[in-house]
Amino acid sequence: MFGVQERIDVPTRPVVVIRDAPGNRRDQSSLAVQKICTSGGYDTAAMTELLVAVAEQKDKAAFSQLFAHYAPRIKSYLMRQGANQALAEELSQEAMLTVWRKADRFDRSKAAAGTWIFAVARNLRIDALRKENRPNFDPNDPAFVPEPETAPDAAVSIGETQSRIRNVIATLPIEQVEVVRLFFYEDKPHGEAAQELGLPLGTVKS
Amino acid sequence: MTAHHHPSDDILLSYAAGSLDEPTSILIATHLALCPACREQVSKAESVGGELLNDVKPVAIQDGALDVVLARLDEGERGQINVPAPAAVPHDNDLNLPRPLTDYIDGSTKSLPWRWLGPSVHYAPIASHTKGPKVGLLRIAPGTRVPMHGHSGNELTMVLAGGYTDGTGNYTRGDVEAADDGLVHQPIADAGEECVCLVVTEGVLQPTGLIARLVQPFLRI
Ligand SMILES: [Zn+2]
Repeated sequence: MFGVQERIDVPTRPVVVIRDAPGNRRDQSSLAVQKICTSGGYDTAAMTELLVAVAEQKDKAAFSQLFAHYAPRIKSYLMRQGANQALAEELSQEAMLTVWRKADRFDRSKAAAGTWIFAVARNLRIDALRKENRPNFDPNDPAFVPEPETAPDAAVSIGETQSRIRNVIATLPIEQVEVVRLFFYEDKPHGEAAQELGLPLGTVKS
Repeated sequence: MTAHHHPSDDILLSYAAGSLDEPTSILIATHLALCPACREQVSKAESVGGELLNDVKPVAIQDGALDVVLARLDEGERGQINVPAPAAVPHDNDLNLPRPLTDYIDGSTKSLPWRWLGPSVHYAPIASHTKGPKVGLLRIAPGTRVPMHGHSGNELTMVLAGGYTDGTGNYTRGDVEAADDGLVHQPIADAGEECVCLVVTEGVLQPTGLIARLVQPFLRI
C-alpha cells in the first residue's frame, strides 16, 4: 500500500487453483450447488419478467409474486443489519412499495431484477437504519464520463452475467461463498467474518 | 481521458454492499462519475449481491402484510424515500465538478470557507454534517512543491482539476491516491492549472485486500 492503485488486468477466466485443505473442499462445492438449487426455486429471468410486468402494466399479480420471494429476504437482511423484527417488517413492506413505485426506472439491459431490488433494499437500509445519504453518480450529469463504445459481440447480457455468477458460486469453496454473503448481508467488517468462520485462507480461490 | 489510478477493489466492494461511510462514498461516487471501469466493477459486485439475496434465509412476513401493501399501491407517493435530490447546479461550476460532489457544495467552490494551510495551499471542509471521516477540497497553486510529509492515518485523494506528481506517479482528473501511515511523499503540483483535489481523511477504511481476494472470481467473470 504505497498509494499506487493501478488496476491490474485480470485473466478473463478464473484461474482454477484449489489448494486442498484437509476435508477436501471439492466435495463441498456440490453442497453449494445444492444449496442454490433449493433456495426457493427462484429464476432470475422469471423475476425480471415479473418486474417488467410491474413496470409496464402495473401488474399486481406479478407484484405479489415478487413480494412473496423478496419481502421475507429483505426482512432477513434488515434484521441482520440491526433492525428489530417490527422495524424490519415495516421497512421490508416499505422496500416493496418502493419497488412498485420506482419499477419504471428498472432497466433490464443494465441489471437483473434481484440486483435492482437488492439496491433498493440497500439504499433504504442506509437511509432508515444509518440515517445517511448514499451518494451516487448521475448519468445525466454534464460532467459524467460515459462508457467507451463496446463492440456488440463483446457486450455480455445481464442473463449471461447472472448465470456466470451462479457458476462461480457453485464452484467456489462453500466457506468462501459464505464470507462473500456475510459481506453483503451482515454488517460486519469482512476480516471479522472470515475469522469467525475460521476460513482457512489456503482454501480461498482468488 | 479516463482515470489511471483507481480506488482499491475493497473500497469499491464496500460501496456496492452499502457498508462504506458517507464521506468516503462521496469520493467514490465522484470517481465513478468519471470512471467507466470502476462503474463496471461496482455493477458486477451489485449483481453478486443481487444473486446472493436469493440465498438469504427468509424471515416470515406478518400474515396479511401483502394485503396491506397491495392496498397501499395506489396511494400517492407520500413518505417517499431514496429520491435523489434535485440537481444542485452550483452557480459557477467552473471546475466542471461531477455529481454527487456538487450536491455537497452550496454554490461555487469559490464561496467555500477556504483556509490557508501552507504557502500556496488552501483547504476547505465540505459535508461537515456527515458522520465518519472528514472530507474537503484542497487547492494547490500550479508548480507548488508541497513539503515532504508523512501521514498519521489513512487518506484518500482524488484530483478534480490540474494534477500533481509524487514518487508514486502522476495524478490528473479522476485519479485516486490512497495514503497510509507508510507513505511519505512530496507532491508537486503540475504547472499550468491550479490543482484541486477532494480529500478524505481520518478513519478511512483500510483496505486489507481480503474481501477483494474473496470476491475476485466474481469480478473477472
Ligand atoms: Zn476507476
